[in-house]
Amino acid sequence: MIDIGLGHYLTLGAVIFSIGVIGIFLNRKNIIVILMSIELILLAVNINLVAFSIYLGDLAGQVFTLFILTVAAAEAAIGLAIIVVYFRNSGTIRVEEIDKLKG
Amino acid sequence: MIAHAIFFYTFSIIAVVSAIMVTASKNTVHSVFFLILDFISISCLFIMIGAEFLGMIMLIVYVGAVAVLFLFVVMMLNVAQQKNQWFAGEQSSRHIPVGLIISTLIFFEIIIVIGGWKYKPEIFDINNSLANTSVSNTHSLGQILYTDYIHVFQISGMILLVAMVGAIVLTFRQRSGLKRQSYIKQISRERAEGVEVLEVQSNKGVKIDD
Repeated sequence: MIDIGLGHYLTLGAVIFSIGVIGIFLNRKNIIVILMSIELILLAVNINLVAFSIYLGDLAGQVFTLFILTVAAAEAAIGLAIIVVYFRNSGTIRVEEIDKLKG
Repeated sequence: MIAHAIFFYTFSIIAVVSAIMVTASKNTVHSVFFLILDFISISCLFIMIGAEFLGMIMLIVYVGAVAVLFLFVVMMLNVAQQKNQWFAGEQSSRHIPVGLIISTLIFFEIIIVIGGWKYKPEIFDINNSLANTSVSNTHSLGQILYTDYIHVFQISGMILLVAMVGAIVLTFRQRSGLKRQSYIKQISRERAEGVEVLEVQSNKGVKIDD
């Protein structure tokens, strides 16, 4: 317990990943919280990559984390732009009322 | 070692609790604030285990840009005060057990994978890690980022450019009744259509009809 190793970081990543998945499944409030859950999932992946990179002594994991950070920022910007446009057109972003595709 | 453990547990408990609060809090603004807290504690963890550059970048990119973007959109769309219950509607509550089961399954699958992993014994030894080399983390990251990974680096720059252009194109709208500057109209203006020479008679004045 006291000796912090790779397994502790991987477990932390697993917990945060699962919380993100729960957030995606259970949320019916608005779609912004779903985007935040996706950010949580990407954060969990980053934790795993950085922990492996540190403990294996290989810097490639940190480089990949950098690229994941880039893609996550781009995804957040595009997703929020889509949400803004959708709200302007239909007046709601509640997940239940987004049913134009009849899914 | 003791300090490492104390800091790890502190930051990870803060991170997990704030991650739960991101999904569970009723107010969306509170969710964004808990997301910021989550990012800050995870970046503290990164700095603690020796990835200082990534921890700082995470603070700048997530707390400085992404979270503020979320906050901006939440306040602009005025959805923060949706005082509904957490899982709105009874007819749609069928998905709750399914979602919980699937998430728990995913969690236990990952835990089984982590627990069943055979580690080499020297992996648990922090002494051979990157933290103890003489070159700093930022320096060594820069050394491989601009040589081995230069193409990936440039592609990620292109991704950011495309995202920027896409976000601007999506949210741009042409409003009517707005006076805008038109360079083509300004440049192609001739003297004949702009100036009119009138013969002014005495004591009559000039009548201009628009």
